[in-house]
Amino acid sequence: MADAIGEIPLAPPVPRVGGATPVLVTIVPMRALPLVAAALAFLVTAIVGNWFWALDFLHVAGGGLWTGVDLFVGLVIGPILGRMSIPARTEFATKFMPKMLVIMPTLVIITLASGLQLARLMGNLAVPYPSHWWLVASFIVVGLMAVIAIGFLEPANLAVLFELKKPSPNGQIIGRLMRRFIYTAGITGVLQVATLIIMTRIATW
Amino acid sequence: MVSGRPPVPGRQLPPITALVVASMAMVIAGGIYLAAYLPKQAPLPIPIALVTAGAVLFVVAAVMLSRLGEFAWDRFFQVGGWALLAYVVIVGMLELVLVIDQTRGALLALLTVILLIFALDIPVLLGFSVARFQEPAGSPTV
Repeated sequence: MADAIGEIPLAPPVPRVGGATPVLVTIVPMRALPLVAAALAFLVTAIVGNWFWALDFLHVAGGGLWTGVDLFVGLVIGPILGRMSIPARTEFATKFMPKMLVIMPTLVIITLASGLQLARLMGNLAVPYPSHWWLVASFIVVGLMAVIAIGFLEPANLAVLFELKKPSPNGQIIGRLMRRFIYTAGITGVLQVATLIIMTRIATW
Repeated sequence: MVSGRPPVPGRQLPPITALVVASMAMVIAGGIYLAAYLPKQAPLPIPIALVTAGAVLFVVAAVMLSRLGEFAWDRFFQVGGWALLAYVVIVGMLELVLVIDQTRGALLALLTVILLIFALDIPVLLGFSVARFQEPAGSPTV
């Protein structure tokens, strides 16, 4: 058994949108890293100090943004991207994906860490079964999203960016990886709907 | 194409991605099982079995990876190294939450192993996913 990538023929170089000058592709936008560090420092402070308001803020704001971005990318941007030409997708990806590379992991860690701490402080973890099943369901949905996002979506995102850095990017590889990105973003978008249902149910116990 | 070997996109590679994703799924399943019993402590045999399976899958993937020979190792270590740094920070924060929440003993040990495998899975996955489409260092460009 092997990862079959043999079906991908070598494609001609992707035509660069806007002329022949190669596009400078940034993998990680360094200017955003201080903001990420500040957000994580805020998270650690809130957890160490059991700062209830901050934990609630981080969980609600982080979760809202995570869900919103996932739904928007998966159900709105994704289908649009799927209908765009490969050069247009390429142009979009060079600007969009580096930002996602920084935004999404930060939102995920903030939401999950503050959420677990918040659940502990509010006593939600101690709720008996059958209500406890809602918590278990949220763990399962988050676990599924983690496997899909980290196992398929994020590697595709990174591989596209590195392919775009080549002097002659392979259009077939980019097309295939973008397709994977679009499908997995759609699946996580649908799972986010499940998260919304579970979280609003838990919040109104 | 200049050399006799297949071009990068046409190369057949072992199922490293599938093994690492399966490893990740196993340890996440172990974590979900443990979390489902909170605030009580879960019986440990099932999560230990899941985590052991995750560790075995990761080791198998690592062995396959080490036998690749001609591969874009520079890119693999570049991407994997930065990803490792990022996930050490993330895992460190999750470990901090566990310690603050008074998690102790066998449960803490098991959760720490889960986080460690998770923090190793992701850099390997990201590094491999990028490097598989890159030309090995010093090889002619296709």
